[in-house]
Amino acid sequence: MSQLPKNADSMIDQAGTGAAASRRAYEVRSLRFRYHPLSRGAANWVLDEVTFDIQAGEILGIVGPNGSGKTSLLKLLAKVLRPHDGAMALFGRDLGAMPQVEVARTVAFVPQESPQVFSFTVMETVLMGRFPHHHGATWSAGFGWESAEDLSIAEQALQYTDLTHLAGRSVMDLSGGERQRCMIARALAQAPQVLLLDEPTAFLDLQHQMEICAIVRRLKEERGLTVVLVSHDLNLASQYCDRILMLKAGALFRLGTPHDVIDVEVLKAVYGCDVLIDRHPESGVPRVTLPQYRATKTVGDRL
Amino acid sequence: MSEMPLTIDQSRASVPSDQPGLANDPGATPASSGAEKSGAVLTARRWTAVMVPLLILSAALLLICLQFGTQWIGLGRVIDIVSAVVREWSVESEQIGTTGVILMQVRLPRLLLGLLVGACLASVGVVLQALLRNPLADPYVLGVSSGAALGVALAILLGIGSTFLALSVLPLCGFAGGLLSLVVVYRMAVSYGRLPIHSLLLAGVILNSIFSALIMFITSIMEPNRSAGTMTWLMGTLTAPSYPALAILTCYLLGGLFLLLKQARKLNVLTLGEESARSLGIETERVKRQVYLLSALITGAVVSVSGMIGFVGMVIPHAVRLMLGADHRLLLPASALVGGMYLMAADTLARTLLSPAEIPVGIITALAGGPFFIYLLVWRKDRFA
Repeated sequence: MSQLPKNADSMIDQAGTGAAASRRAYEVRSLRFRYHPLSRGAANWVLDEVTFDIQAGEILGIVGPNGSGKTSLLKLLAKVLRPHDGAMALFGRDLGAMPQVEVARTVAFVPQESPQVFSFTVMETVLMGRFPHHHGATWSAGFGWESAEDLSIAEQALQYTDLTHLAGRSVMDLSGGERQRCMIARALAQAPQVLLLDEPTAFLDLQHQMEICAIVRRLKEERGLTVVLVSHDLNLASQYCDRILMLKAGALFRLGTPHDVIDVEVLKAVYGCDVLIDRHPESGVPRVTLPQYRATKTVGDRL
Repeated sequence: MSEMPLTIDQSRASVPSDQPGLANDPGATPASSGAEKSGAVLTARRWTAVMVPLLILSAALLLICLQFGTQWIGLGRVIDIVSAVVREWSVESEQIGTTGVILMQVRLPRLLLGLLVGACLASVGVVLQALLRNPLADPYVLGVSSGAALGVALAILLGIGSTFLALSVLPLCGFAGGLLSLVVVYRMAVSYGRLPIHSLLLAGVILNSIFSALIMFITSIMEPNRSAGTMTWLMGTLTAPSYPALAILTCYLLGGLFLLLKQARKLNVLTLGEESARSLGIETERVKRQVYLLSALITGAVVSVSGMIGFVGMVIPHAVRLMLGADHRLLLPASALVGGMYLMAADTLARTLLSPAEIPVGIITALAGGPFFIYLLVWRKDRFA
C-alpha cells in the first residue's frame, strides 16, 4: 500500500459529488498478495496484479477454481489480510490507511465457517456486530453495556433473517442454515454499506440456499447494500449476481455480467473442461451443466 | 462515510412476504426487550443480580471455613473475635487470646490468600480459553506456570535471600520465570507477526515438559530438607502470609484482574475467530499480546506464593459458563469469585481431612478436576474439538 496508483485522482473522494449510481464502493489497483511475505518466486503469488472496481449497490460474485485466490481477495477487501503491494480504496478512502474499526463500520465480513465453542446466545452473537460502533471511552469499548439503540438494531437484524424466535438459543445448537443466518444478522447489526460473504451457501441444502440468496437480494434492493460474495456455485452466481469476477490462478481472468463471464470458452480456459451452457428457464441467465461422462482423453490426462 | 446511511429500521415496511423462508415473520411487531426478558442478553441489572449474591456467598463461605481447622472454633466465637478485631483495629494477642491469634493470623490470611489465588487462576483460565478458543485451556497449558515455578525453584536452590525490602523475592523470580517462558513460547509460536493458536499450544506443551524436567533436576540436587519443602510447594500449598505481604499481593493481582475485565467485550468478539474479530474492528494481535502478558504476570505471582494448583482454571470457568452463559463481562468476575470460593473450600478440606497433618491443596484440586477434564474430553469433545 506504499504508492498510490497513477489514477490517484479517482481514488480521492470528491465529497460524494458523483451520482450515487456511479459511485464506486471499491477501487482495487494492481493488488498483489502472498501468504508468506519472505518467500521468493513468482509462483507464490496468491493474487497478482489484480485491478477492478466494485460499484456501490451491486452484487458482485467472485468465482474461480480451487486455489485461485477467491477467499484471499475477499479477506483483503475486508482488511482481514494486508496486501503485499497495490492499492485499495473504500468509497474513495485509502483502505490501507483506515483504522480497522472504521473499516468495520463500513464493511461487514462473514467467513465461510464460524465455529463457536462457547454457548453464546444468538442475540449475544448478533450484538457483537455493534462492537465497532462503541467508539467512546476505552472502558465502554471494553466493558460497557449495549445501548437501547444497539438492542433495537440487533432485533431488527434478527427479524430480517427470521431468527427472532431463536434469540435466546445457544449458537452451538443451531443448524447450519440457522448459523449462517445468525452470522449474516451479526453482519447486518454492523449497519454496513458493504457486505462480504465467503461461500454463504456452502454446506446448505436447497431451501437454505434460497433463503440466503433471498436475503442477499433484498439487502441490495431495499437498502442499496453492496454485496461481494465468493461462490463455487456458478449457477448461483449467475442467477443472483449483477456482475461476476472470474479468477484464474490469482489473476483476474474476466469481469462482467453473467452473460459475459459464464461462457463455454471462458470456462474451458479457466477450469480446463468442457461444459454445457443453456438458459435458465425463468430468468434467462446462463446455466452451467456438466456433460455426460465420456472417457475422453482430456479426462484421462487430468487424472 | 455516511452518505448512504443504512439504518436497518427503514426497510421492514417494504418486505415482500413471498420470500421463501422469510414469510413466517410478516408482522412488523418490534420484539422490543423480548430478548432481554428471556435472558438472551446480559444487562447491567442481571450482572448485579448475579454478582451481589456471589459476593455475599463468598463472605459467608469465608466465615464458615474460619471455623474449621485442628481446633474447632464455633461461628459465634468467630464473629465475636472478628468484630473485636474490627473495633480495636488490631490483631494483638492481648485483646483476642490464643484462639484469636489462630483465627486472625493463621486461618484468615490463609483463606484470603486462597480466595485471591483461586480468583486469579479461574480468571486466567477464562481469558486463555477465550483466546485459544478451547475450553480445555488453563494457565498451565502455555507453560507459563512451570516457567514461574522454575524461576522460584532456582531462587530456592541458589539460596537467594528470602526477603528483600521486607518482601519475599520469590514472587519476583516467579514473574521473571513466567515472563521468560511467555517470551520463549511466543518466539516459538510466532510466524510473520501473527500467533497461530496451534503452534502456541504446541510450544506450551514442549516448554512445559522441558521446565518440568529442569524443576525435577533442581529438586533432586537440593539438600533433602529443602527439597521436601520445595516438593510440597510445587504440589500446590497455601501458607498463611503476613498481612503486609497479602496486601501488596492483593493490590497487584486485583489490578491485573481489573485490566483483564477491561477487555471483556473484546474477548467476546474474539471467540468468533480472529478473522471475524478483525473484521469487527479489533486489533487482534495487540489485544492478544496484552492479555497473554497480563495472564503471565498474574500466573507468575500466583505460582510463586502457592505452587502449581492445577485445574481450577479449567473446571471453574466451565461450570460458571454452563450456569451463567458465555459473556465475559459476567463470566470473568463470576468465575473469579467462584474460583476463590472453590479454593477456600478445597484448602479447608486440605487442612482438616488428615488433621493435624495437611494435604497439599493442589492434590485435592487435581483429584477433583482431573476426572472432570477426562469427562469433558471423552463425552463432550463434540462441543469443542
